[in-house]
Amino acid sequence: MNYNWHWRVLLEAEPGGTGSYLQYLVVGLGWTLLTALAAWVIALAVGAVVGTLRTTSLAWAVRLGDLYVEIFRNIPLIVQMFLWFFVMPELVPQALGDWIKQMPPPWGSYVPAVLCLGIFTSVRIAEQVRAGINSLPRGQRMAGIAMGLTEAEAYRHVILPQAFRIILPPLTSEFMNVIKNSSVALTIGLLELTGRARAMQEFSFRVFEAFATATVIYLLTNLVVVLLMRALEQKVRVPGLIAAGGPPQAGH
Amino acid sequence: MFSGYDFDVIQRSLPYLFRDGMTFTVTLTLIAMSGGIVFGTLLAMMRLSRFVPLSVLAGGYVNLMRSVPLLLVIFWFFFLVPYIGAWVIGAKEPIRVGAFWSAAITFTMFEAAYYCEIMRAGIQSISRGQVWSGYALGLNYWQTMGHIVLPQAFRNMVPVLLTQTIILFQDTSLVYVISATDFLGAASKIANRDYRLVEMYTFVAVVYFIISYTLSQLVRRLQDRIAVVR
Repeated sequence: MNYNWHWRVLLEAEPGGTGSYLQYLVVGLGWTLLTALAAWVIALAVGAVVGTLRTTSLAWAVRLGDLYVEIFRNIPLIVQMFLWFFVMPELVPQALGDWIKQMPPPWGSYVPAVLCLGIFTSVRIAEQVRAGINSLPRGQRMAGIAMGLTEAEAYRHVILPQAFRIILPPLTSEFMNVIKNSSVALTIGLLELTGRARAMQEFSFRVFEAFATATVIYLLTNLVVVLLMRALEQKVRVPGLIAAGGPPQAGH
Repeated sequence: MFSGYDFDVIQRSLPYLFRDGMTFTVTLTLIAMSGGIVFGTLLAMMRLSRFVPLSVLAGGYVNLMRSVPLLLVIFWFFFLVPYIGAWVIGAKEPIRVGAFWSAAITFTMFEAAYYCEIMRAGIQSISRGQVWSGYALGLNYWQTMGHIVLPQAFRNMVPVLLTQTIILFQDTSLVYVISATDFLGAASKIANRDYRLVEMYTFVAVVYFIISYTLSQLVRRLQDRIAVVR
């Protein structure tokens, strides 16, 4: 393979005048993380509620939760991205739609991307939360009720504290999924890490230098996330309670 | 709410959407599924191998693929495949590869990493005694694997493999970024030509939903049937 490497391109100035290509990519990582973190907050909040509701004795809540999960699990992420970006502003009242469409860049792409990723990921978190709750022995809930707790109190004091510790490891991989999935936001014009690597390739014609650098940045980010989450797992672990390793799951 | 929308555009473009777009999507899914499962099973066998360089190599490959976004992998291969092709056939210049084959290679290589982890769990779910009795009967490694371990591992993992394939089916829509004419790509070309983005993208979402939902329900039913048999 005869490809002439030219790594010094990373130190050359990018045409936008914001600094070198390396800086340009690192700012891209910043946008990736900013998108992923905001989406993660939405995903955790919505996912915890939906996942919990699906294990309760409320038939309508279970049905509603199932519907929510099925809708957002069976549409490809990029199509959901287009729905939030192109379709949603047309379906809401016109004043709101115009306001959304007139948001200055990059917020015009950032806000739909965060909403889309947040909702998309919340479904996967809801599934993890439900699996975590269902993996607890039934006796835990029954004992709570027998002690005179209401169902809500049993969840608050008995079930959820255990379930959340159990699902911490799968949540780590979900968080890395948000980071990776945020790259799909480039299709609606958000210049995050992958989008900037592609832009760098278009400006400088240094294809593999751009993608290799982005790959290394992603690998380093993953490493940091894994180490941080491992530390967190150690911190919240209940002695004697070993996290249940579930069967393998399909996913990305 | 839908006044002023032109749903006729969908009907007019149905032949193009399905004959060109959906055919591309389904063919790509099937090729990547078959290739990915074969390559993924080989990777799983390598990862479980006692020969350390082999397991390190396979493990590194799988972890690399699982750590970077699929979109980045699509870009990598889109530019890399012409060079590899030139190297394989000994050409001086990078060869021209169409979007379809570029995508087929990308998805096969990428999904193999995910199928590998599923098959690895499947192989590990078979008790060691089965392997030992295979060896005791005088079978070699490939015979033990091919006749005893893999058929059972595969059978145990069919529901997960199929679920992964549904995810693959949805992910093929990402070939949009290399301007391929898959189902989404075809819809987006019409949408931009006729300026009917709302109608087309809503339609695309509905079609993907119906197909993926139906398939996932079938997988669930299959899962229940297998569970009863055991």
